[in-house]
Amino acid sequence: MHPALQGVITIIVGVGGCVAYFYFSNLFLDKVLYPARGPNAGRNINRANLIRPWLFLAPAVLALGLYLAYPVVETLRLSLTNRLPGGGYEWAGLENYSQMVADPKFGEALFNNMLWLFVVPALSTAFGLLAAQLTDRIKWGAVAKSIIFMPMAISFVGAAVIWKLVYDYRAAGEEQIGVLNAIVVSLGGEPTAWLTVPFWNNFFLMAVLIWIQTGFAMVILSAALRGIPEETVEAAIVDGANPFQIFFKIKVPQIMGTIVVVWTTITIVVLKIFDIVFAMTNGQWETQVLANYMYDKLFRANDWGVGSASAMVIMLLVTPILVWNVYNARKEMR
Amino acid sequence: MAELKLTDVAKTYGGTVDVLKNINLDIEQGELIVFVGPSGCGKSTLLRMIAGLEKITGGTLEIDGQVVNDVPPSERGIAMVFQSYALYPHMTVRENMSFALKLAKKSQSEIDAAVNAAAKKLQLEPYLDRLPKALSGGQRQRVAIGRSIVRDPKVYLFDEPLSNLDAALRVATRIEIAQLKEAMPESTMIYVTHDQVEAMTLASRIVVLANKGIAQVGTPLDLYERPENEFVAQFIGSPAMNLLRGVVVETGERTGVTVGDGGGMIWSDVPTTGEDLNREVNVGIRPEDMLPTEDENYAFEGTVDITEALGEVTQLYFAAPKMDEDTDTVIAKLPGVVRDMRGKTVRLTAAPEKVHLFAEGRSLLYR
Repeated sequence: MHPALQGVITIIVGVGGCVAYFYFSNLFLDKVLYPARGPNAGRNINRANLIRPWLFLAPAVLALGLYLAYPVVETLRLSLTNRLPGGGYEWAGLENYSQMVADPKFGEALFNNMLWLFVVPALSTAFGLLAAQLTDRIKWGAVAKSIIFMPMAISFVGAAVIWKLVYDYRAAGEEQIGVLNAIVVSLGGEPTAWLTVPFWNNFFLMAVLIWIQTGFAMVILSAALRGIPEETVEAAIVDGANPFQIFFKIKVPQIMGTIVVVWTTITIVVLKIFDIVFAMTNGQWETQVLANYMYDKLFRANDWGVGSASAMVIMLLVTPILVWNVYNARKEMR
Repeated sequence: MAELKLTDVAKTYGGTVDVLKNINLDIEQGELIVFVGPSGCGKSTLLRMIAGLEKITGGTLEIDGQVVNDVPPSERGIAMVFQSYALYPHMTVRENMSFALKLAKKSQSEIDAAVNAAAKKLQLEPYLDRLPKALSGGQRQRVAIGRSIVRDPKVYLFDEPLSNLDAALRVATRIEIAQLKEAMPESTMIYVTHDQVEAMTLASRIVVLANKGIAQVGTPLDLYERPENEFVAQFIGSPAMNLLRGVVVETGERTGVTVGDGGGMIWSDVPTTGEDLNREVNVGIRPEDMLPTEDENYAFEGTVDITEALGEVTQLYFAAPKMDEDTDTVIAKLPGVVRDMRGKTVRLTAAPEKVHLFAEGRSLLYR
């Protein structure tokens, strides 16, 4: 069968199935289970209305349970057990965790993740705020914003490929096809294999994510800046504030809630960072991060125990930030 | 502490759209000037030009003899109270009030003294450590005023400061502003409003703005008793002054006019000369000056269409006047309660000193 046809059929079956589920389940509830007639009509209506919310919730609860809640429990179990040769499991306690902590690659991944955690959200938010402020109320601001926002539409892997080309290295004397090396050479420098320079190559990888996330930060912060009452800015002008004081003492404090939401949202993305590292260095040259470490252990080394243990570590790190993020986002909405 | 002098001040947007032109105005120290006018007349724009928030595109603005067209707002010696209060929402009342002084690098003791004095004056002491969102509308407005006071400006600018308050609070705050002005007789204030009552009660002089310019400048009662043109005559006072068509039939110290096809002649205290004989004029009589009469010489005769009994007065709205189709509805305001007027035909006249005469829109008093 033609794949396009398959796609269309999938969509029809999926959407049609949803509609059919909601229609027939409600029909069953109202006509068969608790029909609104007979001596108990009133009681039946009340009961049907008690059940109805669950009809609507059920598919989502099932899907989330199957794909989110159950895997968490299963991962926890896997991280506490060892697979026996020939099938079966044995209880391992925290053995996988201690093995993981002893692994220098894990330490490296943890350190690099922390580095990402401090640098990427800070720079993305800062650049986003800067772009939002500089493009505010300028004729060509919308164009500039679209260009800055565009990387958001590129997948992480796609962006990684683009930047791999930017950092590309050719031996000295050859034509440099990487933009960065081309610039360095044209300025009289020696070409460098950027992605193999330990420690600094982390920052070259981070540049990719910053490039993507700046657009996100800019769009949200730009909307927040628009929401600041113009009169407070004018009052500050009358009070004698210079443009920097207006920005830092009047505007930024008023959108602090939004800045926190943007910051924490990017932090969560950063904690889960995988694609960029996977596609550009695969954790070589001391660029390992937790998610890629987990992938290495789980699917390359087939060490389900240590792989699951590192997955639990990532989850533990993300959870508090997620809670904080949701709390702030709700506060902003109020 | 300051005199303002506006000379040929103009505001043009994009080089083509005139908003204001030929604004000439002298404001003396200690005056409370109120700008009034219909919406869109440019009164707020003019205030913002004085503040320095809008560029002056023509003419000069002097404060204390110094041209300040290109002086930034903070160095003009002005302070502004905004319609929406414009308090900094992330700062406490104390921080809001001290912000300008901090920017001016005043010492902490100076700042504290100024803020405490202003807070005392405005009864804001219990709220100094609160955020604006924890204050009522009236309290916020007082903080906004306090923020101006601490800067000790030469000129206070108020941009419709009461329009966000409810009716009761508006009256109370209006009185507070009047008392504040009395407590600071040296300071000059400019106040923008569309509310006539605020203008009449607060102003030492009112500036009526209309048609991109100044329609009249004068004390509140000047504007009421001796309007320079039909616009001011109808803008000041509520309901608006009735304008009736008439012809001058006798000239001299007093003027006799016949009104519409009405009955006979009424007198006005406005003096005229022989040249004015047979001149077509608009006869202006305020609703509250209309008197019922049985005399053959009356200003207006009509059938009462609607009555509004307000207790202290009764307002009579007359059906389409029999003389002229494009004349506005004529309104009379009679003192006390007058019952059973609807559908009745009434004759009205007015005392000679209450009858205004306008030709080509301008009052014959000002020639």
